[in-house]
Amino acid sequence: MSKEAIERVSIIISKGSLEGVYPGLIMANGARMEGIEANLFFTFFGMDAINKSHYENIKVAAVGNPGLHIPTLLGCIPGMSALITSQMNKTMAKLDIPPIPEFLEMIADSGAGIYACQATVEMFKLKKENFISQLSGIITVGEFYQMAAGGQIVFT
Amino acid sequence: MGLKEYAGKQIEIDDDGFVVNVSDWNEEIAKAIAAENSLTNLNAQHWQVINFMRKKFTEDGDTPSVRALGKLSGVSIKELYELFPKGPAKLAAKIAGVPKPRGCI
Repeated sequence: MSKEAIERVSIIISKGSLEGVYPGLIMANGARMEGIEANLFFTFFGMDAINKSHYENIKVAAVGNPGLHIPTLLGCIPGMSALITSQMNKTMAKLDIPPIPEFLEMIADSGAGIYACQATVEMFKLKKENFISQLSGIITVGEFYQMAAGGQIVFT
Repeated sequence: MGLKEYAGKQIEIDDDGFVVNVSDWNEEIAKAIAAENSLTNLNAQHWQVINFMRKKFTEDGDTPSVRALGKLSGVSIKELYELFPKGPAKLAAKIAGVPKPRGCI
């Protein structure tokens, strides 16, 4: 059986930490680079990534993150999350990975859609004005499935 | 790996269809590769990107990413996707006769 090429991906970003946000952004941008249609959906705390008040301040989770290889108690020290985030941002900048605001702009310019989840918008009492200008719309889960039809769905 | 005829010349290409030897390339070959990828009319902006790609590859030994193209080629990311709808960096590299970009961004 020949492998069928992926033509469309719908990527859901549900977590608001740096390590929760970047993979989805990289996958969406990577899809567009390959000529694959891509849409990004932000839900729950993932929505911070497109919230104007927060998207410049997305941090690495310093607690409950065994991958960091530091004792949990150290992770609790005030400023630890900011310190780890700043180190990580430096490493990523060296690798030519853009900061989240620039990355979102790139992804929007590539023609990918950027959507916010309506249920979360209501839950957090947000308005369209709270989001970045690249937001394509606030949609329901039903509209999401319609948009994702015929393609792959990736939940992060 | 294999040989393929572009603009009357036998060119060595890799498995993904990228020209192996950068020096084999000329503008006629670029037009032939573009036509094969549904780009029959290369305009001034296409050439701006193609020439930038070759220049950058010659300087750095590396194919520029979409981000680098958007920042340095004088053509914005939005325009890049309009010019090369099936993936700007990849397609522009193919037409420019430089290796496939390897970056994730």
